[in-house]
Amino acid sequence: MLHLYDLLVAPFAEFGFMRRALAGCLALALGSGPVGLMLVMRRMSLMGDAMSHAVLPGAAIGFLVAGLSLPAMSVGGFVAGVLVALLAGLATRFTGVKEDASFAAFFLMSLALGVLIVSKSGSNVDLMHILFGSVLAVDSAALVLIASVASLTLTTLALIYRPLMLESLDPVFMRAVGAKGGLWHLLFLMLVVLNLVAGFQALGTLMAVGLMMLPAITSRLWAHSVGGMMLTSVGVAFASGLGGLLLSYHFELPSGPAIILLAGVAYLFSLLFAPVGGALPRYIRSRHFEQ
Amino acid sequence: MSVVLENLTVSYQRHPAVHHVSGEFADGEATAIFGPNGAGKSTLLKAMVGALRPDSGRAVMSHRRADIAYLPQQSEIDRSLPITVEDLVLSGLWHRSGAFGGVGRDGRMRVAEALATVGLSEFARRPIAALSSGQFQRVLFARILVQDARLILLDEPFNAVDAKTTYDLLALVRRWRAEGRTVIAVLHDYEQVHAYFPYTLLMAREVVAWGKTETVLTDANLRRAVERAAHWQDRAPVCRVDGEAA
Repeated sequence: MLHLYDLLVAPFAEFGFMRRALAGCLALALGSGPVGLMLVMRRMSLMGDAMSHAVLPGAAIGFLVAGLSLPAMSVGGFVAGVLVALLAGLATRFTGVKEDASFAAFFLMSLALGVLIVSKSGSNVDLMHILFGSVLAVDSAALVLIASVASLTLTTLALIYRPLMLESLDPVFMRAVGAKGGLWHLLFLMLVVLNLVAGFQALGTLMAVGLMMLPAITSRLWAHSVGGMMLTSVGVAFASGLGGLLLSYHFELPSGPAIILLAGVAYLFSLLFAPVGGALPRYIRSRHFEQ
Repeated sequence: MSVVLENLTVSYQRHPAVHHVSGEFADGEATAIFGPNGAGKSTLLKAMVGALRPDSGRAVMSHRRADIAYLPQQSEIDRSLPITVEDLVLSGLWHRSGAFGGVGRDGRMRVAEALATVGLSEFARRPIAALSSGQFQRVLFARILVQDARLILLDEPFNAVDAKTTYDLLALVRRWRAEGRTVIAVLHDYEQVHAYFPYTLLMAREVVAWGKTETVLTDANLRRAVERAAHWQDRAPVCRVDGEAA
């Protein structure tokens, strides 16, 4: 038993930074899991990716103004993300460009601008920090931010769940009854950006979206109901966080990629074995009884 | 109560799908919208419920928004979402509940009654992904029942639906007529129109004929509708019909 203790518990018992990282992972999982699931259900899986890149120039400008300051970089990232979402939304509304194409165009501009700003004014180390983050560097202030975002996310999602879901299901009907689809959509996109901003301190802008999407996509293979899916995605995200931190501790791996890769392993496993959508159970079910 | 189209024009990329359509739907009656593919039938309905913006003209309805029920084509609905039949039908109470309000016990009762009417009482807790096309169309009709609207707009309600289901749902249309509701439906089946819809709007982007079904659906009118629908031109000149003066 002592062995298991050393393997699983000791790292957290001994080091404060590991405990904070674990708490951060739990908060991130609680916020990002459900938001990612709504993205999947709205067929916007790649939108999270786009938004995570869009955040970069804002974070970079925040970095320029105030150095490696969490509030400045978070506010900058949030503003940049929401700006890209607004511009892309407006372009879709007033031109013939489809929403996904419009998002692609604006996030690419935003990303290029971000890389430009960082490379003109910072060292490579800074760029690496913004792109890849470090969950082990999560301090108390960052923890408060991540936890606040998670609370706000869950509360807001609970409030706008009905219109958001119905809008994904049957947009024309919702327009016919006069529901303001655009408003809910925008609120939801703000939640997406908020969660990415919360995630990038810990995981970096590139990896934050991984914790949002991989557990969410995995969860659709395990559950029938939305509630079940949300619980599964939070569970998978947190388990990946826990496992990734331990892997990172014992094998001296960077924690962000370790966490996301573990979520990826969970996804690959689920593809084969998950009861609802997995390949093997589907194959077995397809061999139906005679009567 | 009245439903009037005033010189309505709706275009896609400047090509009118609905072109200077004017007229009034018979109040408390069932009107079929009939015409060849691409005649602008679905576009007309969408413009009426405000899902598309007209280039000019307007649809004037004396009904409150809550008194208009609209059935979109099935292809517009994402049936893969993990929602139960009951939740979908409950969305028919949007005007009462809005985004945040409750539906109450009588709301749930209405949903149960509606599901019983369309013969799907056992299905309330099933996910919509598990339904056949015909069953799903019954669910959408149940949602209309729950909406309890005076004006009911149906866009191709019987596509991909088997004969028995079509028959059952047409019985509902007959019941709505008997209750004095106005029903307007885009249809493709000549026999259905004759049997269940006393009035018909025959259109091919423009009105070909509009009135009592037996006077509208004549061979000559139908031929004219097909001819007009075929006249699509890539370089059509800009339309000079002055909407406001007409």
